[in-house]
Amino acid sequence: MSKAIPVIRNILDANNRLADQLRNVYAENNLLALNLMSSPGAGKTSLLERTLNDLRDELRMAVIEGDLQTDNDARRVAATGAQAVQINTEGGCHLDSSMILEALKQMDLAALDVLFIENVGNLVCPAEFDLGEKAKVTLLSVTEGDDKPEKYPMMFAQSKVLLLNKIDLLPYVDFDLERATRFARALNPEIIVFPVSCRTGEGLEPWYAWLKEAALAERR
Amino acid sequence: MHEMSIADALIRIVETEMANHGLRTVQRITIQHGALSTMVPEALDLAFEAMTRGTALEGAVLEYEKVPLSLRCSKCETTFSPEVRSLHFAPCPSCGEEFAHAVLTGKELNIAHIEGDT
Repeated sequence: MSKAIPVIRNILDANNRLADQLRNVYAENNLLALNLMSSPGAGKTSLLERTLNDLRDELRMAVIEGDLQTDNDARRVAATGAQAVQINTEGGCHLDSSMILEALKQMDLAALDVLFIENVGNLVCPAEFDLGEKAKVTLLSVTEGDDKPEKYPMMFAQSKVLLLNKIDLLPYVDFDLERATRFARALNPEIIVFPVSCRTGEGLEPWYAWLKEAALAERR
Repeated sequence: MHEMSIADALIRIVETEMANHGLRTVQRITIQHGALSTMVPEALDLAFEAMTRGTALEGAVLEYEKVPLSLRCSKCETTFSPEVRSLHFAPCPSCGEEFAHAVLTGKELNIAHIEGDT
């Protein structure tokens, strides 16, 4: 006998339930968890290197590194003295909550203020997977083109912070900061935009101020 | 290609529902996906087919219902659906405001219903 069964469930329910578990874990430890996303090569690891170095005396930070194959990024982060746990996705294009739960077993969360989750370099897939983070932080480098928020709306619509990186290269590329910002704000009026250069350090102070304020808010 | 993960999650939900409702086979699974969702139906078809080979779900057809983007104007609160081609130039038809609209629908990635035999 043929039967039609209404279901109406988010397909990624299972991941979302694990993300809720993660949210509780972060909250119990007064931990600010940030999901860092971008294309490959936009500067996620460089941003982390600088941030971990510059704020080492003010915040206790650690990183979960999502990578397809290598542990290059984890080694770069560990060189700053911060704790880094590597997740190799073996070709998987995004991190999910089960991977994060597994990685957290290797970390002393009570000794941390900020947990950066460096997602796999990809502007599409990571946007669909909640990792229980307080905020999604997206990096876009000026060499990628100012139309990216328009082309990948989901990623930018969900991000709380947008860092426009490599602004030291602005004289050499056709990238309109204003246009990128406008596109990002079309579907996301609240998005906070920081133009930065991880190479020269320009513009990093406002990002640091935001980070310190957000970490403090978790401890209140 | 996160459609592999989506297919995996989908199969688990369908298997649970089959057990709950005593279905032996499944012919059709209806999926609702929003205009903003990054899921590509062709990629999900491919992943689903590969992952269900030799199982009770083999041969089940995925049907897609696209949920349009609908926005609420940030200024006058009118609800409207822009052309998908111009997601980011979506002036409110009522007051002309172009920015900061709230997304009401368009982010969905849902399984809506399953048809099969007991």
